[in-house]
Amino acid sequence: MASAAARAEAARLTAHFQAAGAISVEADLLQPAEVLLDLYGEDIRGRAYVTQDPVRGEVMLRPDFTVPVVQMHMSDGAEPARYTYEGDVFRMQQAGTGRASEYLQVGFELFDRDNPAQADAEVFALFNQALEKFSMRCVTGDIGLLKAAVEGLSTSDHRRAALLRHIWRPTRFRALLDRFSGKGPDPKGRARTLDALAKTPARELVDAVAEQPGLRTASDVAARLNLLAEDASVPDLPAAEYEAVGALLTLSQMMPDALEELRDISKVLPAISPAISGMEARMAALKARGIDPANLPFEGSYGRTNMEYYDGFVFGFYAADGASPVASGGRYDALTRVLGQGREIPAVGGVIRPEMTALL
Amino acid sequence: MTMKLGIPSKGRLMEDTFAWFGARGITLSRSGSDREYAAEVAGLDGLQLVLMSAGEVPRDLAAGRIHLGVTGTDLVQEKLPIWQDNVAELAPMGFGFADLVLAVPDFWVDVRGLDDLDAVAASFRKSNGMRLRIATKYHRLVREYLARHGVADFQIIDSQGATEGVVKNLTAEVIADITSTGETLKANHLRVLDEEPILRSQATLFASRIANWDGLNGPLTQLLEALDLQRPDGLF
Repeated sequence: MASAAARAEAARLTAHFQAAGAISVEADLLQPAEVLLDLYGEDIRGRAYVTQDPVRGEVMLRPDFTVPVVQMHMSDGAEPARYTYEGDVFRMQQAGTGRASEYLQVGFELFDRDNPAQADAEVFALFNQALEKFSMRCVTGDIGLLKAAVEGLSTSDHRRAALLRHIWRPTRFRALLDRFSGKGPDPKGRARTLDALAKTPARELVDAVAEQPGLRTASDVAARLNLLAEDASVPDLPAAEYEAVGALLTLSQMMPDALEELRDISKVLPAISPAISGMEARMAALKARGIDPANLPFEGSYGRTNMEYYDGFVFGFYAADGASPVASGGRYDALTRVLGQGREIPAVGGVIRPEMTALL
Repeated sequence: MTMKLGIPSKGRLMEDTFAWFGARGITLSRSGSDREYAAEVAGLDGLQLVLMSAGEVPRDLAAGRIHLGVTGTDLVQEKLPIWQDNVAELAPMGFGFADLVLAVPDFWVDVRGLDDLDAVAASFRKSNGMRLRIATKYHRLVREYLARHGVADFQIIDSQGATEGVVKNLTAEVIADITSTGETLKANHLRVLDEEPILRSQATLFASRIANWDGLNGPLTQLLEALDLQRPDGLF
């Protein structure tokens, strides 16, 4: 349970967000597990408290507010909209880490179609203001750059899709990138599969096994075999592009220097140019709000773990190196697309943990 | 005070456990009728035998209700999240070997390893509108293993027995289960992935770090000597 100091701090933050025009909203403590599992994958089961309801099926103790707030907005919200919320969230923690499994979050979410750079800057400035009385280290990033870089790689659609799918799993992403560039080992057993395919048509290989149980059909298997054969003849990613993605991933500079480096990278990966323009517009919008981008660290890989739904600008505030962030947030346009079933609304937001700021 | 040793109450695992201790000069035997769960020890003072289901040994070790227990490493690692904090591994016993493996329908000739499984999960989700279903009773071990290897778009389906049959029944596409020979898998038209097992398990003697060991230093020392074992760190 939160201390009185943390409650008071939460109230201060809520007032701060309300003063910025946000409407206070609430969300159920018990959330349907299905939506969250589909969104975050099975891993969330290891991180959230799951329980069984005889009527509603699997439910989860609210692991965050973003999903219910997006759902609420998409079913009956006017636009643009600013929301704030305050309440407990629940996360299972590894024993021994000493991390809280129940803690307060105060959040702010902005839904706005008109000007993403302005919206990003508005949210960041609001968080910066709320936290400026503490001395904190801040990090920013932009997942949109990495997405654009992958989308522009000179390789097959299939390989680009595989990389995009694993942007939030850095180890897997790196392994795929290496392999597609001729620098990593082939998948286990692939040579054998390709050998067999060279001698026998795909469908015959599949039908050589008489029993074919399950929902995945023989034609699914044959189709993928043909895809593997096709994939084997895709040329390696050009070395320059491989190096450029590597440079993007390890980029760590203050924003203006990062921008210069990104311009260099875009000579090899011109597909990131629109995202660079977006970053430039965001920097101008930040400056207009009195935040000097020259003081903002920018990391090319920031936001790739723990924040699976962020797909654009991302930020975090830290009280100490290596600790969990005191505040974090970012843009999550794709999440609204998934939850909106065909509709979407550009969105950016974040959360602060008042129990952590109350201690500072 | 007596030192409580929990051992599997039935079948091959119990007989092998009796034989293992017997070969080291400690005679364990059942007492009373063969339906009564009672047992006795000869050759060591201060040791009391408790017969129980192998599946409950991890829980009782972690709760400190027994001091020592014989069970599979698979059960300990699945049921106790931070098992090293709760139990100490005293000795692998050399029987009850079983591997926890992932198996797919044999006709999935495109799937050899985890890389293929991950790719199939992605396309299965796209064409079937649901995440690829993996049936198992080892939820935690399988989930952590797949997360560690960057496999996405799967879901765990609980299956407490006859897991090999779920694919035919259309309740899952893939299974993760314990196998020693692979015969049951083969009979159900399934094939193990060409990867190292998720876990290699065997019957193992564990000591509880939670149980109250006060006054038991003597019997433990005697037992460790009889079994020619090192005292694990942190126990006394």
